[in-house]
Amino acid sequence: MFKYKSLSLYLSLLLLALSQNSLAATTLVAVAANFSKPMTEIAAEFEKSTGHTAKLSFGSSGKFVSQMENGGPFEVLLSADEKGPEKLEKSGFAVPNTRFIYALGKLVLWSTTPGYIDDQGKILSTGGFKHIALADPKLAPYGVAAVEVLKKKGLFEKLQPLFVLGENIAQTHQFVSTSNAELGFVALSQVIENGKIGSGSGWIVPSSEHAPIQQGAVLLKNGAENPAALALLNYLKSKPALAIIEKYGYDLPK
Amino acid sequence: MLTPADLDALLLTFKVASLATLFMLLIGTPLAWWLARTHSAFKGFINAIVSLPLVLPPTVLGFYLLVLMGPAGFIGKLTNELGLGTLPFTFPGLVIASVLYSMPFVVQPLQAAFTSIGEQPLEAAATLRASPLDTFFSVVVPLTKPGFLTASILGFTHTVGEFGVVLMIGGNIPDKTRVVSVQIYNHVEALEYSEAHWLAGCLLAFSFTVLFILYTVLKTQPNVQQLK
Repeated sequence: MFKYKSLSLYLSLLLLALSQNSLAATTLVAVAANFSKPMTEIAAEFEKSTGHTAKLSFGSSGKFVSQMENGGPFEVLLSADEKGPEKLEKSGFAVPNTRFIYALGKLVLWSTTPGYIDDQGKILSTGGFKHIALADPKLAPYGVAAVEVLKKKGLFEKLQPLFVLGENIAQTHQFVSTSNAELGFVALSQVIENGKIGSGSGWIVPSSEHAPIQQGAVLLKNGAENPAALALLNYLKSKPALAIIEKYGYDLPK
Repeated sequence: MLTPADLDALLLTFKVASLATLFMLLIGTPLAWWLARTHSAFKGFINAIVSLPLVLPPTVLGFYLLVLMGPAGFIGKLTNELGLGTLPFTFPGLVIASVLYSMPFVVQPLQAAFTSIGEQPLEAAATLRASPLDTFFSVVVPLTKPGFLTASILGFTHTVGEFGVVLMIGGNIPDKTRVVSVQIYNHVEALEYSEAHWLAGCLLAFSFTVLFILYTVLKTQPNVQQLK
């Protein structure tokens, strides 16, 4: 009798463990480089509150789109733009009607030298620098926005010979943070600490200076059946996630 | 088809590779000669240093160069003092990085060639009262011609195929640091697959042709000469 009891206990424990396993899933997420800091925090909170795990890969959105079109393993894409998710939906690699904007990117002109950049960005017309770093406008929406700002100021032609282009915004940040470029346009999320620019100096570019950087998320075909992927996309719209997104200097989608 | 920007990238790549190969031969020849002849305790140490780029990921080398050649780095401070400015994002910077990155591909074949000729020809030359320099150019170089050809070709092609280092220190500047490998990568990332195919195809054809020549034509000729 006792034997049977303990056996059934084991069995029920086993079942419980199995059911928990099937409830707590893991999802593989491709994250645009600019969103790496907030997403790391969001993923930690997501695990705590749902029990699911999100594994994050950081890189340029363009590369992720290429990889997905060639059999990439990702289940969720957090792109730096709207185009990537749109393209994947059209080519059938994303689940239709799962696209949404999860954050509006903020651009900052940044330098590691304190006091170098004024809060109006007048340094751009004053000049005196040898290199200005920006993300490649062909590849990165933050680069497109930077070019737009310079064109609006009528400085594009003048400054173009000084451009050094990062393959993505993380590399652009690297050029500036190692002082190889005196200044550069990076994502505010990369340099923000406690609501303001953490080190050096910078000009937070007003959103009116360029078309909004609408960062889109989408569920990919690989993740269509994965509860963790669906839960993560929902979690991105939750209050705790939005608070983290805002803390890193992004504007929230309307 | 190839765009004008692609052609510029091709031309720039060959410029970088040619200059880098020239410098690698100038620096690598005495270095390989020393490594082949010396019994110094430093031999192992220098050999290890020269071979490092073979095993290190190019991103590691690129990252160190970016930091070291930057305004706060040791090399950057030196070049600034000399009034040369800093090297990242410049054509000379790219050539220097390529020399460091491809050096083992030049030094190792040369070192092997120098070792293989042994002491005899050198001793024979010495008994004929040839100076060391004369011996080197009249005896060693003709005997190790295949080694020089292999070294030049490997050094050149390896520089053409360089990517990680350029990505880290190049800054993707047209006509200065935008080489073919970076241009292909950008095409792929921008989802311009047909442009990427054209350029990638060119590079594939080029690399295959060069290696084919290296392994057939050049490899058989020296063997025949040695048989005589």
